[in-house]
Amino acid sequence: MRQLLRKLGFYLVAGWAAITVNFVVPRLMPGDPVDILLARLGQRGPVTPEARASVEALLGTGSGRSLLSQYGDYLHSLATGDLGVSVAYFPGSVGSVIGQSLPWTIGLIGLATVLSFVLGIGLGTLAGWWRGSWLDHLIPATTMFQSVPYFWLALILLFVFGSVWPVFPLNGGYDVYTVTPGWTPDFVASVLRYGTLPALTIIISSVGGWLLGMRNMMVAVLADDYMLTAEAKGLRTGRMMRTYAARNAILPSVSGFAISLGFVVAGSIVTEAVFSYPGIGSVLLDSVNSNDYALMQGIFLVITLAVLGANLLVDLLHSVIDPRTRA
Amino acid sequence: MIATTPDAVVPAVRLRRPRLTGKLGTGLVLAGIVALFGLVGPWLVDDPARVSEAGLTGPGRDHLLGTTQTGQDVLAQLAYATRGSLTVGVIVGVLTLLLSAFSGVAGAYAGGWVDELFSLVTNIMLVIPGLPLVIVISSYVADRSLWLVALVLSLTGWAGSARVLRGSTLSLRNRDYVLAARVAGEKRWRVLTVEILPNLVPLLAAQVVFAVIFAILGEAGLSYLGLGATGSFTWGTMLYFAQNGLALRLGAWWWFVPPGLLLALFGAALSLINFSIDEIINPRLRS
Repeated sequence: MRQLLRKLGFYLVAGWAAITVNFVVPRLMPGDPVDILLARLGQRGPVTPEARASVEALLGTGSGRSLLSQYGDYLHSLATGDLGVSVAYFPGSVGSVIGQSLPWTIGLIGLATVLSFVLGIGLGTLAGWWRGSWLDHLIPATTMFQSVPYFWLALILLFVFGSVWPVFPLNGGYDVYTVTPGWTPDFVASVLRYGTLPALTIIISSVGGWLLGMRNMMVAVLADDYMLTAEAKGLRTGRMMRTYAARNAILPSVSGFAISLGFVVAGSIVTEAVFSYPGIGSVLLDSVNSNDYALMQGIFLVITLAVLGANLLVDLLHSVIDPRTRA
Repeated sequence: MIATTPDAVVPAVRLRRPRLTGKLGTGLVLAGIVALFGLVGPWLVDDPARVSEAGLTGPGRDHLLGTTQTGQDVLAQLAYATRGSLTVGVIVGVLTLLLSAFSGVAGAYAGGWVDELFSLVTNIMLVIPGLPLVIVISSYVADRSLWLVALVLSLTGWAGSARVLRGSTLSLRNRDYVLAARVAGEKRWRVLTVEILPNLVPLLAAQVVFAVIFAILGEAGLSYLGLGATGSFTWGTMLYFAQNGLALRLGAWWWFVPPGLLLALFGAALSLINFSIDEIINPRLRS
């Protein structure tokens, strides 16, 4: 219980740090983002006093108010869910733009990450069990894929399967001409077809890390005394591999999830840019290219909080599967 | 083996000279070739920015790796890009080493609330995803220097190494020989630098290699999005221009394949070196 509270406390502090970084960065940077943003908003239509107030609360104000009261305004804005108005997607609010693009990203990254994790852990278990086999010798090749930049792999896949052999579409999230969004078989099939290459990119680039980590832990665990005991007891090989060796070797992979999730998210942003996937990464780039600071800060906040949430879940899962951390 | 060798003279972790295995050899040779290309290449090629009539021609006698849309020589660009990317990698590697060693080793050795604070900051930095933060910071600064990009990359990338180093320092700190050194009245800085630090050298080396890989990858991603250092030549900017020049649609593979391939090759070489370092630290991994 104390451990649980400690964890929750840490994530609260981390969440607060993320929110504060989001507050500090626009105020610390050179230039005047508020003026730029308001000028651009003015080009699109009349700026209401409320819109101006919310932009100033989020990005800083030149009116000489103390930082502390600005911080109060900022927290109030966040608490009421007001993230400002977007320029790039005018007149949509930042909240609604994020709400539309987030499901795409969560679907793509979530599915690809889970697939890559399962695949990597499974193959890593086998490679560690049969150390020195042909599977084990394949590992350096998969880690080579890890040092291939996501977007370059995406470009190559796009070139091969989009241009040379046009098997998969070049960009987008679904066929905008023939299907309408909704829970219809046509739409789901279209989404799967359009999502294959982006997902493949993420899986190929990230599977090597899980594979190597699991393989190395398997090798370490196999040398432990309880494995010898298990063998002496005459347990079947499959049972020893799964419930004795893999069960213990998987723990560091789960707790290492935090570090890798950051890389997966980073890679996905760039991957989305290559495929013009309608997710949050593409929107982030749109906002950067059109100096849409409110949208940019909003997306940064959402990505960070989402990663924090995923980490919290994995952390809780870790204390379920590893009773030793439940002290 | 002579049975009379007394156990007491064997140090806790013996620093042997790394055996030149196949992995280590391949890694060193590949990394060396790429580094040499970046170091010497720019002096041997033409001006990478010079425009010519021969736009978008494939590899041939005049241009070994073909030309870009505006007729710039791809090989010349590749040479300068290699130098640019490696420069970022080296700067970030050094900065990350300093930052992570300071917070990981010093924090863990000091113990108490200093350690708690350092480890809290490290863990927070670890769960905040780096690239979105780098993108946000870069988009505010219109004129970005290579140093700024490197600084931002190392500020967002040191936490992982710091956590690994902290773990090892904590375990080393309570070894018998360190306690013995303390009891013998050695000063704190001496215990840290002479007794503890040498045992961390393989780990530090592995962390630096990791930092260099991720810095080069991070910079490439940033430049590919058009947010890299202004006016610089790196593998990422080459890919950015290739993408914007529709190299993909026009089938100009000689434009976008070489920079990525070189990046992957260099990354793989560094990974192989890291493999070998891992095997030195953890002999169980040797097959």
